[in-house]
Amino acid sequence: MATGEFAAHEAHAHAAPQGFIRKWVFSLDHKVIGLQYYFLALTAVFVGMFLSLLMRIHLIWPSVSLPLFGEIKPEAYLSLLTMHGTIMVFFVLTTAPQGGFGNYFLPIQIGAADMAFPVINMLSFWVTFLAYIVMLSAFFVTGGAPLHGWTGYPPLSALPSAGPGEGLGADLWVISIALFCIGALMSALNFITTTLDMRARGMSLMRMPLTCWAWFITAIFFVPLVTVNGQLAGHKGGSPLLWQHLFWFFGHPEVYIAILPAMGLCSQLVSVFSRKPIFGYKAMVYAMLSIGIMGFMVWGHHMFMSGMSPYSGFAFSVMTMAIGVPSAIKTFNWLGTLWGGKIRLSSPMLFAIGFVSLFVSGGISGPFLAQPVLDIPLHDTYFVTGHFHLIMGVASIFAATYYWFPKMFGRLMNESLARWHFWFSLVGTYAIFMPMHYLGMAGHPRRYSQLTEVGFLHNLLPLQKFITYVAFITIAGQFIFLFNLFWSMKFGKKASDNPWEATTLEWTTATPPPHDNFAGRTPVIHHGPYEYSVPGEPRDYVMQTDPLTVAVR
Amino acid sequence: MGLVLLIIIWLITLISAYFFIAKTWWLPVGASAAAAGIDHYFTVTFILMGIVFVAAQGILGFFAWRYRDRGSSSVAHYSHGNNRLEIAWTVLTFILFVGLNLMSSSIWASERFRPAQAGAVQVEVTGMQFQWYFRYPGPDGKFGATKPELIDPSGGGEGAVGLDATDPAAKDDLVTGTMYLPVGREAEVILRAHDVIHSFFVPAMRFKQDAVPGLAIHMHFTPISTGDYELACAELCGLGHYKMHGILKVVSQQEFEAWLAARETEKQ
Repeated sequence: MATGEFAAHEAHAHAAPQGFIRKWVFSLDHKVIGLQYYFLALTAVFVGMFLSLLMRIHLIWPSVSLPLFGEIKPEAYLSLLTMHGTIMVFFVLTTAPQGGFGNYFLPIQIGAADMAFPVINMLSFWVTFLAYIVMLSAFFVTGGAPLHGWTGYPPLSALPSAGPGEGLGADLWVISIALFCIGALMSALNFITTTLDMRARGMSLMRMPLTCWAWFITAIFFVPLVTVNGQLAGHKGGSPLLWQHLFWFFGHPEVYIAILPAMGLCSQLVSVFSRKPIFGYKAMVYAMLSIGIMGFMVWGHHMFMSGMSPYSGFAFSVMTMAIGVPSAIKTFNWLGTLWGGKIRLSSPMLFAIGFVSLFVSGGISGPFLAQPVLDIPLHDTYFVTGHFHLIMGVASIFAATYYWFPKMFGRLMNESLARWHFWFSLVGTYAIFMPMHYLGMAGHPRRYSQLTEVGFLHNLLPLQKFITYVAFITIAGQFIFLFNLFWSMKFGKKASDNPWEATTLEWTTATPPPHDNFAGRTPVIHHGPYEYSVPGEPRDYVMQTDPLTVAVR
Repeated sequence: MGLVLLIIIWLITLISAYFFIAKTWWLPVGASAAAAGIDHYFTVTFILMGIVFVAAQGILGFFAWRYRDRGSSSVAHYSHGNNRLEIAWTVLTFILFVGLNLMSSSIWASERFRPAQAGAVQVEVTGMQFQWYFRYPGPDGKFGATKPELIDPSGGGEGAVGLDATDPAAKDDLVTGTMYLPVGREAEVILRAHDVIHSFFVPAMRFKQDAVPGLAIHMHFTPISTGDYELACAELCGLGHYKMHGILKVVSQQEFEAWLAARETEKQ
């Protein structure tokens, strides 16, 4: 085995490229590819957010005429929600934590010089980029973007006659998702191989940071997932319910997969900033594994009202309630880590705590939707929208940005701006999505472009107005982040190599890391990633590359 | 900073919980036999989850403040966890979640595992972009044949569902745009869709079921109080989704029969 590992490392060594194109465009460097993914997700999140703002405006002022856009028609509203959902789920929630931070930091955190297959890594980004362009192009073709929602249920999504956008727009939409899955598959194979074969000496699996576990597990479950999507894209004819089964067999694990890296990031940050070892490392790993596995067995909970057998509904319901258990274990362990800590409330930690809070709030509405009886009134209402947006872990993307920015760009982000951004985002997120639960209980169906027709929606208009106003403010708050990000790249305070006093490998190397990550050295790992406040140690953290001076039980 | 975080998290928790507890926005008043059971169970789940919500947010805010870095005076407690605690909260959440599930299974079973009773009022509900149609079998108790090639939405109710006038059983079939049901009698609804998937949603009846092209889905519910109830489409069906709605009128048995008879006379 030793010779095999040695050979593997040799094969992947490549010299730093010189030209601009090889260095920044068609780069083989996992760090540059990580940044490319990150900035792709950044543009996508602002596009997605802008679409949601147009939706919010149309909902409460259906006949208002906007400059440049004119009046938003009901079909345009549906296109907006379709594209908002698709862009956010695939090009933000799946792309930023996994493609962005995963690419950049997985190799460094396990002590590798690069990903296992740098060329495939480069291709996976560019295929994803192509998928993004194809997705956006649907706006500009005859008929416009599709209006079938991100779930694309046929026959609505399959018949051009079903509505505007269901011709060429829908074709582009499905091609984009197929491309996205090809990119994700290549990326996943890279993550798996890299994690299994390229860990530095001493980095056993159970010594990996939980972020690496999360990226690894996510990648493993991506493989069967996107294979299913291949079936989806080629499917013709048959029962509309068959698509729903296939879609949710793909779509449900997809959203769990989007949340796993967020969980890994949150675990990492909670430990670093509490100055305490993560509570229950093994329990965290097993919880993530079981979420990954069980994520494939719960898809039917989207289909209680679909005409699927009520007996299957019952079985899916039991499985879905059971998947709440590992999610709860994770929450308990985060609280357990905070307990008795010495918590530094720096901006990454604020967002990590925000993530835990939102995860709990989004989590407890799960058992309502997971039980068919309660799903009867709540299914396809705003309750689901609220649940999903609270739980999807955007806070962790911000947390990771504030945390790793110094390593990626060599400077610190402005802390006061970061705090303002946090307050805007936390309060704003709650003020937008908590009321959606109230709307859902009152029976407000999702995907209604106007409240004008159905009588029982009329008195929900004030609440919808409130949500739109808050959305304006919260979105404005995101520009604080955008400004901070670019301003700090140029003018931020210079960061030391380890500004957060963390123990994992990325903080042992230079800032920003050299092309081969460790400047020719190969790190040797002596212990797990969460040795904080070890009694008897001179500092309250012990790097993974430093042996412990005292015996740890 | 820790104190601000505690205050904000607690405030968010209290305000969110207040609007649930005050029922400022809540499920509409139930009007079907199943509603009371569903609502009761909703409340049970709500109380249990509410406790978890308030406790978890309360502890999160408290810990963030209580264990904040206070310089040299505070020392973090070195611990990698506690297996007994892990097992305890795993078992407890498992019992809570799966137990909840089993508690609700009898309601689900009574709603969905049995067919409608004999003697239930039969109504065929057809969804099409962007209108609901309701068909009653008439005095013969039999639904006449429908044919896709006869579908002509411009021809009113009968044309819209593609009723085959040559079928003797179709002669007395009634197709309406408003749904009538007698109070206190079980209604068997047969859900169909012509073009895309729709979802028949009657909030007051705690009823929701997709209507799928190619399937005839048999469901049942029993209205228990008279009145007008709005019904809507809950599955995205195209650009007019937001206006696909209608009225369910629950009336006494006599009124229902009188209405049916009047419509029959109108038709002849």
